[in-house]
Amino acid sequence: MTANGHSVYLDHAAATPTDEAVVDVVSSFMKAVQGNAGSFHSEGKRAKDQLDAARSEIAEFLGARPDEILFTGSGTESDNLAILGYARAHAKHGKHIVTTAIEHHAVLETMQHLEKKEGFELTIVPVEKNGIVDAKKVLDAIREDTTIVSVMLVNNEIGTIQPVAEIGNAIEKMRKGGKAQYVALHTDAMQATAYLDLDVRKLHVDLLSINGSKVYGPKGVGALFVKRGTKLQPLTFGGAQEKGIRPGTENVAAIVGFAKALELVQGRREADASHLLPLREKLIEGILNTIPKTRLNGDREQRVPNNVNISIMDLEGEALLLYLDAKGIYASTGSACTSASLDPSHVIIALGMPFEVAHGSMRFTLGRDTTEADIDYVIKELPPLVEKLRAISPVRVDPKYYE
Amino acid sequence: MSDYSAKSVKGRKGDVSAHDGASSWFYSDEVKEHFFNPKNFIMNDVDESQFNGIGKVGSPACGDELRVWLKIDSDERIVDFKWKTFGCGSAIASTSMASVMVTENGGMTLDEARSIKPQDIMTRLKGLPARKFHCSVLCDKAIRDAINDYFRRTDQTDKMIVEAKRMIDPIAKVTDHDIEEAVLDGALDLEAVQKKTKVGVGNPTILPAVEELIRFYREKYFG
Repeated sequence: MTANGHSVYLDHAAATPTDEAVVDVVSSFMKAVQGNAGSFHSEGKRAKDQLDAARSEIAEFLGARPDEILFTGSGTESDNLAILGYARAHAKHGKHIVTTAIEHHAVLETMQHLEKKEGFELTIVPVEKNGIVDAKKVLDAIREDTTIVSVMLVNNEIGTIQPVAEIGNAIEKMRKGGKAQYVALHTDAMQATAYLDLDVRKLHVDLLSINGSKVYGPKGVGALFVKRGTKLQPLTFGGAQEKGIRPGTENVAAIVGFAKALELVQGRREADASHLLPLREKLIEGILNTIPKTRLNGDREQRVPNNVNISIMDLEGEALLLYLDAKGIYASTGSACTSASLDPSHVIIALGMPFEVAHGSMRFTLGRDTTEADIDYVIKELPPLVEKLRAISPVRVDPKYYE
Repeated sequence: MSDYSAKSVKGRKGDVSAHDGASSWFYSDEVKEHFFNPKNFIMNDVDESQFNGIGKVGSPACGDELRVWLKIDSDERIVDFKWKTFGCGSAIASTSMASVMVTENGGMTLDEARSIKPQDIMTRLKGLPARKFHCSVLCDKAIRDAINDYFRRTDQTDKMIVEAKRMIDPIAKVTDHDIEEAVLDGALDLEAVQKKTKVGVGNPTILPAVEELIRFYREKYFG
């Protein structure tokens, strides 16, 4: 489906291509090591040694200790384990939980499950118009019976950076002052990993989720940082792996690849950011300046260097996504039509935008291999497609949402 | 009734995935053709004086809005069908296909056009993913709305057919039609339908009837 041989992949927030070096590490592990890391013999020990080495490397990446790292099957699973595991383990101390309106569904739906099915009281803190939560509003929501508080580090749709360290610091002070004794702060750091420092002590978090698919690593592997002394109830049972909190044979090949991917991230974070920032700005300018009736969703400054999210008024995102696809441009939309729930993006709605603006939101997420020529190509191809869809659309969005 | 999905949509049922096992695009070639080269749509502004039956359905808030303009001749055949839509790929394609079906071979009579079913459009499009079905359901409704408009303009109000509705929950003012809409929008159980319609909230005695209707529409549209 590529036009003129063009293939411009701008959906790195969904999945990053696997780095060659990661593929090498994974495949040589799979060829060389066949044992179960839980087995008590040399072949098993080889797997165990590699697992332990990966755990130490990932701990170092997070500024944590190896025994604070649990491996899981995905970022979603890490989020679920953190929230369900902590809330259930501390239910006798309180059943109030807190999150923000723009969390990934892995957090939001897990929180809502606790509210609907397990008798928890949920406070969803709204965000400001720029897509950033006010730290004070999160702190104000905390009560004596609050247990888990979950605030993402970077939003997956609009790329805005949230004040997690500020919230974490304040919670630590509350605890030292004898208040909020059972509060734990969790952050979903999936979209931040490639761009921000994830030192857990600087972030002042108790639980932090990361995964492989956003950092040029393998898909289907995640990790959860669990600060020493933070008690979790397991979600699954039947083995001693990961301290019995996440039983099941470890996917050591993917874990080893994940560690390699994070090592690469560590080495090139700044270089990636300085490569991406001008490209991001060029794409934002290019779209806002050439296409009328558009708006950038989320704060212009406080966002990761690879995220562009723009609502294009009077059209529906899935149709534009498919027209772009035919031109070899791969992006993403907040339109209901591509979501399983048939509801449009809750993130764009949380910015105070109406449904039709959410239906027309387009997300372009850049990556290491994105070039200036890619951005030029998008800026050239996008306007006529928008014009075509607008021509057949009967809708005219209220100017107050884009002027 | 809903075997279109079994026949036409291979692969993962109920998902927007490949339309067959061989290719990996989201829709059939027919859908693709009508999506990339839509027929009979109106560019830019509409001169409504050229038409004598105008219909509208949906709203941009729910993701799809469709307007149709019909020209009906003195023999009551539809000789022109123009449209605009705000919607996803299958909404655009199904409206385009419906405009072709209604106007081909000299144009349909009003009775013929009124009896078009979503399944007929689906068949001509060689299938749509199951969860995209509600998009073309809109299209037949817009046609009936435009035909009613024509009868209103020509003082034949006796021929207008107002879609029958049955009040299910007189407190929340929810009709069977509202429940049908909710199911088409993907609410497949009582909890989801209540989220959309508030049916039976504070009126639990009607819940068995509501669940019966949800089951009926779910089977009707999703098999």
